[in-house]
Order: sequence, then C-alpha cells, then structure tokens
Amino acid sequence: MAGIAVSTTINGDNIEYLCQPDETLLDVLRDRLGLTGAKEGCGTGDCGACSIILDNRLVCSCLVLGAEAEGRRIETVEGMAHGDQLHTLQQKFLEHAALQCGICTPGFLIAAKDLLAKNPDPTEEEIRFGLAGNLCRCTGYDKIVRAVQDAAHVMKGA
Amino acid sequence: MNFDPRFSGRKFASVGTRPIRPDGVDKVTGRARYGADFNMAGQLVGRVLRSPHAHAKILKIDTSKAEKLAGVKAVITAKDLPDLTGGDAAMYDILDNCMARTKALYDGHAVAAVAAIDARTARQALKLIEVEYEILPHVTDVDEAMQHHAPLINDTIFTEGLEEKPVKPSNVTKRSQFGHGDVHQGFGHADFIVERSFKTEQTHQGYIEPHACVASVSSDGTAELWVCTQGHFVYRQHCAQLLGMEASKLRVTSSEIGGGFGGKTHVWAEPVALALSRKAGRPVKLVMTRDEVFRASGPTSATSIDVKIGARKDGTITAAEATLRYSAGPYAGSWAEIGAMTAFACYKLDNVKTVGYEVLVNRPKTAAYRAPSAPMAAFAVESAVDELAKELGMDPVDFRIKNAAQEGTRSSYGPVYGPIGIGPTLEAVKNHPHMKAPLKKNQGRGMACGFWFNFGGQTCVDLNIGMDGSVSLAVGTVDVGGSRASLSLVAAEELGIDYAQLKAVVADTSSLGYNDMTDGSRGTFSSSMATISAARNAIKILRERAAQMWDISVDDVVWEQGHAVAKGDKHGNLGKLSLKEIAAESGKTGGPIAGHSELVADGAGVSFATHICDIEVDPETGSTRVIRYTVVQDAGKAVHPTYVEGQYQGGAAQGIGWALNEEYIYGKDGRLQNAGFLDYRIPVCSDLPMIDTQILEIPNPNHPYGVRGVGETSIVPPLAAIANAVSNAAGVRMTHIPMSPPRILAAIEAERGG
Ligand code: FES
Ligand code: FES
Repeated sequence: MAGIAVSTTINGDNIEYLCQPDETLLDVLRDRLGLTGAKEGCGTGDCGACSIILDNRLVCSCLVLGAEAEGRRIETVEGMAHGDQLHTLQQKFLEHAALQCGICTPGFLIAAKDLLAKNPDPTEEEIRFGLAGNLCRCTGYDKIVRAVQDAAHVMKGA
Repeated sequence: MNFDPRFSGRKFASVGTRPIRPDGVDKVTGRARYGADFNMAGQLVGRVLRSPHAHAKILKIDTSKAEKLAGVKAVITAKDLPDLTGGDAAMYDILDNCMARTKALYDGHAVAAVAAIDARTARQALKLIEVEYEILPHVTDVDEAMQHHAPLINDTIFTEGLEEKPVKPSNVTKRSQFGHGDVHQGFGHADFIVERSFKTEQTHQGYIEPHACVASVSSDGTAELWVCTQGHFVYRQHCAQLLGMEASKLRVTSSEIGGGFGGKTHVWAEPVALALSRKAGRPVKLVMTRDEVFRASGPTSATSIDVKIGARKDGTITAAEATLRYSAGPYAGSWAEIGAMTAFACYKLDNVKTVGYEVLVNRPKTAAYRAPSAPMAAFAVESAVDELAKELGMDPVDFRIKNAAQEGTRSSYGPVYGPIGIGPTLEAVKNHPHMKAPLKKNQGRGMACGFWFNFGGQTCVDLNIGMDGSVSLAVGTVDVGGSRASLSLVAAEELGIDYAQLKAVVADTSSLGYNDMTDGSRGTFSSSMATISAARNAIKILRERAAQMWDISVDDVVWEQGHAVAKGDKHGNLGKLSLKEIAAESGKTGGPIAGHSELVADGAGVSFATHICDIEVDPETGSTRVIRYTVVQDAGKAVHPTYVEGQYQGGAAQGIGWALNEEYIYGKDGRLQNAGFLDYRIPVCSDLPMIDTQILEIPNPNHPYGVRGVGETSIVPPLAAIANAVSNAAGVRMTHIPMSPPRILAAIEAERGG
C-alpha cells in the first residue's frame, strides 16, 4: 500500500514522513519518528498517556491519524524543555515527586501545560477536572495536583 | 565480610532527606525508555491469538494460511514450546498459561502467535489461523466453582490438605488452616457475636504500561531480552527453563517499568516472544494491547469470606474465625492461604481459626496485586470488627486498641511478633484531627487496620568507586517507584559522602548476581541492606588504601564522614584523606576500589497501617464521593519520606478504586465484558481528595537503619475503611465489594423495604 506523504511541524521543527492511512499519529511519533515520549496505555482514548497538543488543542494522539497532521502544529513532551532548561512543570514534577513509575508523566505534563495555558490560576478542583482525562495508577494524584499548583504559582510570578 | 544487619540507633545525615531522584530528568523529558520504547534492527512485530471461549478443548490449529501470507516470518503454537518442565507443576502451569496446550481455560488464553514484518501483517495473519474448538461448560464464580456439579476445570486436581485424600477431583486445589486455641470454647465465653458473609470482585493491578518486550535469539544459542518486569533475574530463570536454555546465555535487561504492583512478576509474553524470535531468526517485539492486559494478564482473586467474631462485654475478643475462598484462575495458587494468614494478624487472640480454599475458575491466572490476598480478608474482618464494636457500644478505635497485637503476641498465623506498629498507628488515629472533624448530612466516617508480612530474599549489590571519587551503585531490584533515590541515600549515608556524588542503576542479569523480584515490599528493604553491606566492604578497602598511603597500620585508620582518619596521638599530624583523594591514588595502591554484597535479607519486619476516610453517599442514586482520606503507617525508617508518602497515597488510591468501582464483569458466556479503561474504571484525579499521610517510625530490629518494607500495606485497609464509612453513611452494612452505586442503592432499598 502506498504511503501518504505528510508534512507537519513537531516541537517547532518541520518534519516530513510517509504513513499508512490506518496509522495513528501516536504510532507515527513513536515508531516512525522515534519520539517515544508519548506512551500507549490503551490505544482507545481512555488513559491520556499519549497526550499531545495539536494546534493548541490537547488531544489523545492514539485517536488522531498520522495523515491528519498535515500542515498542523504538534507539541510533545520532548519539546517542553528549552535546551537543558526544564519547563517549570517538569521541574515541579521532580521536586514534588509527582511521578513514581513515570509512564503517565509525559501525558500529565502536556495536559497540565495545556490547562495552565488556558487557565493560569486554576483552583484545586479545576486542576482535578482538567487532568481527569489522564490516568495515573501509582500516585493517587496528590503530588501531581500539588506540583501543578506550585508550577502555576511560579509561572504566574514569572 | 561478617555483616551485622541489626538495628543500631544512629543519627542520619542523608537518610530521611528528600532529594530529586537520579532517574527523574529522563522521566519528565520523555527520554526514559520503558518496555515498548526499545527497538532492534530488523525487528519483527509479534502478536498473539487468544481464545474467545472461557473453556474449550483445542481440537486442531491450522496455521498454514497464515504462514503463507507475505511478510509473515514465524507462526507458533504450543508445539513450538515443548514441555521441558520435567515434572515441575508450577512451571508447567506457567508454560500452559503462556500458550494453551490442550484446552483453552479462559477468555483471552493464548493459543497461537505470529511474527511479521509489521503490525498490520501480523494482525492479518492472526485472522488466517484456524482453530477448531470444542466448547466445554465453564464456571467463573468462586462459590459456584466449589459446588459438586460445577464444571471441572482440571480433572487431575484432588483437594490437598484434607484429612483424607478425596476420591473425586474438584476445583478446590487446597485447604489450608491457621490459628491456635479453641474457637468453640472462645465463642462460649462471648457476650456478643457477629457473623457475616462477604464478597469481593476481581480487580486488576491496572498499571498504565502494558506488558512489552523485545526478544532476540541468536543461532548460537544466546539470547537477549528487553522487558518491563519487576524481576528480570526471575524472568531469565523462567524463560531459560521454558525454552531449554542455560540461564547465563540469556541476558535480560529490565526497562523502566510503567507500574507493576505485583502484575509484572509473572512471564506471559516473554517466552512467546523468544520462541517467535528463535523460529524467525530475527528480533521480535511483543506488546500487549490494553484488552489483552485485562483478558490475559493477572487479575487478583475474587473472594467469598465468612467471618465470626465474639467478644465479652468489656470489649475483649474471645474468639475469631473465618472461612476464606479465593479464586486462583485455572491454575493452583496460594492466594487463600495468604488471606487466611493475614486475616486476623492485627489482633491479640487466644482463640483463632482461619481456613482457606483455593478455587479454580475459568478466569485468567491470578497474579499478585500489592499485598496479595490481604485486602479482601481485611475487608471482611475489619467490617465485622466494626459491627461488633457497635453492638458492644464501644468506639471502633478503642475496641481495636484493646485487642491490638503487641510485641510478644503470638500472631494468628504462627510467629511471635517483635516490636510492631499496630498499637501506635491506632493511637495516632485516635489523636488525629481527622477523627474529630465534623461530618455533614449523608456522610459517614470509617476506619480500618491492615497488616502485611513484607519479604526480604536474595539480593546482590555492586558499589564501584571511580578514580574521580564518584560512586556507581549497581542494584538488581527493579526500581518501581523511586528506589534508586533511596538506595543512593543509603550509600551516601554509609560512605559519608554527598548524594550527588553517587549514581544508582539497575544492572542487567549478566552484570550482577541473582536478585529476587521487587515484590513483597522488599526492594528498598533488602537492597538497602545489601547496599550498606557493600559500602562497609568498600570502606574496609578504603581504610586499607589510606593506611598504605600513610604507611601506617590499618587498625589505626577509621572512617569518619567520608574520610579516612588516622587515630591516636602518634598520627596526630596526618590529617584526613577524603574518598576522592584515596580513589585518585587507587591505581598505585592496588587497583580499583569496590564493595560487593550478596546476601539473603532476613527479618523484613511486619508492617501495619490504619486508615481513616469520610465518604458521602447520595441516597437517591447510591453514588459516592470520597471527602477526606488519611493514612497512618509504620515505615520502620523512611529513607526518602516523599516516596514513602507516595507509596501510602498510591496504595490508598488503588484501594479506593477497588472498594468503589473496579470489577471484572463476566457474561453468561464466560467472556470478559469490560476489558478496557472506559468500562473498567480506575480512579481519576477528580474522583479523589488529597490523601493525607502520617509516617510512624518504629525501627525494624533486623535492619541496620530500622527500615521496613512500605510498598504494600497501604492497600490493605482501604476496602474495609471505605466499607465502614459507606455503611455508616448509608445506615446499612455493605458486604459486597465494589460498592458501586447500584449495589449501594439496592442495599439502601432493601433496608428501607425491610
Ligand atoms: S493511549 Fe491514547 S488515551 Fe490511552
Ligand atoms: S506514576 Fe505510574 S502511572 Fe503515574
């Protein structure tokens, strides 16, 4: 089967790839482009481990086709830090130990980044509902919520 | 090399602090490599064909069409995994579970597998494999499976542990019994007796990372396996045994692990991937889908438990008895046995008896799930304890304090306790502000206790000191949630150096001696013990080298705060030598400096926790909300308190899911109906409040720093604590978990109607 040629922007870089019509964007990122930061926890849109930002919208990349990325702008966890300077959210996740196994972390970071971009001063409840599409089985969410609260606080001040 | 593991009270410099974990940056930048994040050149995609039937004879498998499909490089069935287990029944069960041999025993049981050039070809190939089944009657319910007329899952099983060997096979593989005293007499002395039956449904560990591995078998008989596992050394042994390889020829590297909770202690896909690779002559990557994780990988037992407890008016328990039935899936296990051991472990009892029954059902092979078997037993016992307190008119905390086990108590499962934390956790709960906080309408408060043994086991650590004075620590227990940070703290403590001077890694099976799994809450307990021992061995060498540099006797050199110090007036002007200075000279003083340790970590130190929670119940819909939650648990010594809190919170959250939502739902056809995160709903962020924690530190006498395992106990009390809270809020005793809205509503309506 002939591949579909796609040209898109990922973390600010122009990227071109060929993909099959039934291939998800998650598979393209992971298997074709080597961007394995986004994880597959379910493949059905239920866990958020594959979260990315597509044209300023938080999406599950397992529910987007690779071909749909044509001409769009993609942000993944790999693009969050500037050089060796971690994003405030990344730093706060480390400081608060908001990860145990860490498999959910890329998804949470992306979802939290999207949340804070839209609501820089969220209440605890807004954080909890804003991150309700991301599953974490290790932490009980307590430290994740605190990390996001702390990051919001710092980012507001900045 | 005489290592003394006994607790010695000491002042800590590093242990007890909260530095950032050494693997942290990789995990927040997406760089950390988990099971599915690894690839090899020329790798194929593996896929497994699974039985759609709960119980069926496999009459014929025709793989010829699949083999002919372009791009398919190997197709395997049980024939490609011949039985090399040599009469080892447990290994044979593992083999049969990896690939069904004569019968499919549950919906999702593997029957064949393919390796192809890409995922699409592999999927197509599965559709071309023709399996002829003869469908057999099935049973999925634990109580039904015990009936005489129940379909027999394995006709070679005769119940073990009965006085007389039974003449007929049955689904009950084993009866086990624990206790002491005379319960009959004890109940005779009771003024109040509570007797109740309880049920819990089957849940899954629910790790977010599906099982994943990459296997590469060479034609020279060596192989490599990259895999997410809680125990790569054990995986190596199992895989080598099942494939007929020498263990040392199989190098297993554990990837970062995306959650396990006991579920990644068993091989499923790995022997299959190795067999595919062997047949195809190329590396094979095998990743389970979420559907496969639910249908085929290890859920916990479903249970049915009867409890009877009697007490005198003054609140003394006179007798306690329980019968516990645990489903094991289609293979024998020791799940009920563990349940029977833990059931009454929190209490000081003169008369106690527990009986466990292991029951075969047509469900996936039961796997460990965090303090396996203990939460269900605690749910039943702690519910009955609460009810009894109510009948006595006693405060539930006071009633438990009065009967709590202490140092010197003979436990219900046999051993006599050393210093333990059940009493202190109860006292802490009694004094906790949470217990006094006001409740609103439709809200109820519950509390409950939990116990877990904790394990130790075989452990091996290498500590290597570089010429620049930096230290690398190679451990063999997989890091499931921050243990590299904890072990670095322990090494820093013992060597007297800075945490930043160290780097801990998890070594592969060819680089370090054998280590047991990271299970039984043993990771930090046992590897910290081995780390301390390795560091002490390194210090001995460091002292020798310093003595050599100074040209004095090693007996005059002591190790203090990261430095060799010459002792005694005659060496007054020698000053100190830092670890760095000694390391820099190592090439001239005898070569590399290292400390090794191989030991069996004994005396893991039992662990207790008490939880409090407030639940709001909507009496119109039966829906619930967790309002507040507090965990109090003994850690012995919290090496990295933040990660200890994390273990407490994570266990509580899993318990909350189990108590309120999670369950395997089987149809009449024996098929699993909710094999996905949409229908098997684990708690999300908006379901939970903050989870408060209080760490108690009652030193474990069998560890130099007093450490106890902390990972598992936190999932033991929640089922009961929440059931007690819901029962108090709804005004009716809840006896069936999960307490989903329909169950709560039905209980409320039955109470109203009755
Ligand atoms: S993998 Fe996309 S939501 Fe789970
Ligand atoms: S840290 Fe393991 S799933 Fe979130």
